[in-house]
Amino acid sequence: MNKRTFGERKNKVVEHVAKLRTGIEGLDFLGNGGFPKGRTTLCVGSSGSGKTVLGVEYIWRGMEGFDEAGVFVTFEEKPERIIKNVKSFGWDLDKKIAEGKLTILDMAPSIMSSDTLVGAYDFTVLIERIKYAIKKVKAKRVVIDSINAFFTQVGATDKVRKVIFDFVDSLNSLGVTTLITAERTEEYGPISKYGVEEFVSDNVVIVRLVLEEERIRRTIQILKFRGSTHKQGEYPFTITNDGIIILPLAGMKLSAPSSTVRIASGTKELDKMCGGGFFKDSVILVSGPTGTGKTLITTLFTEAACKAGEKVILFAYEESREQLMRNAASWGVNLKKWQNKGLLRIFCEYPEVMGSEDHLITIKKEIEAFKPRRIAIDSLSAMERVLTLKSFREFVLNLTSYIKQREVAALCTSTTKTLLGGESVTEAHISTLTDAILILRYVEMHGEMRRGLTVIKMRGSWHEKEIREYIIDGKGLHIEEPFKGVESIMTGAARSVTQYEEEELKKLTKLQ
Amino acid sequence: MKYILRLYVLGESQLSKVAIKNAKMICDEKLKGKYTLEVIDLLKRMQLAEDEKIFATPTLERKLPRPLKRIIGDLSDSSKVLLGLDIIEK
Repeated sequence: MNKRTFGERKNKVVEHVAKLRTGIEGLDFLGNGGFPKGRTTLCVGSSGSGKTVLGVEYIWRGMEGFDEAGVFVTFEEKPERIIKNVKSFGWDLDKKIAEGKLTILDMAPSIMSSDTLVGAYDFTVLIERIKYAIKKVKAKRVVIDSINAFFTQVGATDKVRKVIFDFVDSLNSLGVTTLITAERTEEYGPISKYGVEEFVSDNVVIVRLVLEEERIRRTIQILKFRGSTHKQGEYPFTITNDGIIILPLAGMKLSAPSSTVRIASGTKELDKMCGGGFFKDSVILVSGPTGTGKTLITTLFTEAACKAGEKVILFAYEESREQLMRNAASWGVNLKKWQNKGLLRIFCEYPEVMGSEDHLITIKKEIEAFKPRRIAIDSLSAMERVLTLKSFREFVLNLTSYIKQREVAALCTSTTKTLLGGESVTEAHISTLTDAILILRYVEMHGEMRRGLTVIKMRGSWHEKEIREYIIDGKGLHIEEPFKGVESIMTGAARSVTQYEEEELKKLTKLQ
Repeated sequence: MKYILRLYVLGESQLSKVAIKNAKMICDEKLKGKYTLEVIDLLKRMQLAEDEKIFATPTLERKLPRPLKRIIGDLSDSSKVLLGLDIIEK
């Protein structure tokens, strides 16, 4: 009877594979808790796809976050090189080695290449070395990077296959959770170069480096976790100076706090239109064709922050510092003064100078260093130029979620492609993520180009629904009365509706 | 000239036994009186495997004279072993 109960309990354990939290941002989410505990996970990817970084970070997070010691087995790079390379992430492996939390086993070819082979031999000693290291530091995590280097050294596939079998077998029996990396030559197709490793491992993770519309994109996918669940599909990830960050788009937590505190937009009338100003932790999108005053609204928003004694960063992707200063001066705003006071920081860069991940990192870095209460981005559309549609969407999503977590107000501008009406890619991708949207449009009326502004969205607040005319002059922005007696403004071709027509329409509806 | 040789084996396996036997035989035949052969069971001295970065077993190492030379395998072909150890046959 006792025996039977025991058996049932054992079965239960086998069914539900426990997970080991990796501590890598986003990866535990994909793995529904982490890597299968006490098992071996194979990570395959092409050269440069980030396998080694993933491996080192897996070990590092274990030591830092969970006080779990680790063994890193390298077949490829020299330990000194690995230690040096990951210093840029702030991971001090030397310290961990000194503390007895980490052992790096050097199995990189050194003498091996010049050794003479005479007769039978085996690689059991490698397994013994790993076992020894595990016992020495009481390791919970093991990384083997990469198994291909081993293949190339040894050549004989059958022999290597047996060794890997033995590796996995003995590692699993030691109760450590192992990550083995393997190189593949194609991003899609056979899982790994030698086509045998995946049979050895029940758990496979794929990292990819994809060239898409001439842009590099990194993705990660959990292919299988035998007997266990995980998220499906490819997820983008970036390698930041803090390590790997996976962006689980669909599963992003919407836990950002929200505030009811209002902040000034820099234009009194606009505040009124928004029901008292923007919220202090909101993302505001200003959309309009070129020349409608997006940069002006940005400048006023920036100035309003400074006037309130709040720090602000202006990310300018279209104009130089001098141009911005000159433009602002033409509207009566002295940006230089605020910059000198240390309240304003202007960041100028053409979007072409770096990739999307780098931009995101730079923005995050700037925000963390300067700690602003507000940021302005002029314009997001400039980013569109250098990113693919997919990565642009991810960029925006990432940015907005970050901004929200930091509780800063962000005003972003977006340029519409056509002068009259129309919508931009930015609008289409960012609109659902923003809390407020201002639309600026040219309005053609009586042979004149006039400008109209409206608030089409103001999350959590009343806002004016009318389209107001506005004028830009040497003193800035002046919002006038709503356009009366015209329609189809937003499409660009305003049409006046006369008194007579209005009455006719009323009659028609009555008749029906 | 004196040869200082080391043979690394792993446990008392068949492979280890064959290698030890072959090593002794070759040494006695070709280097009689001018060699020392130390047999090391790595299972008992794993740290040494680590320090010496032993990759496979059995491994025969020529420690002296320099430079260091290594032969991997059960040493079943004596002429190859001598070539590998750079020992000139008289």
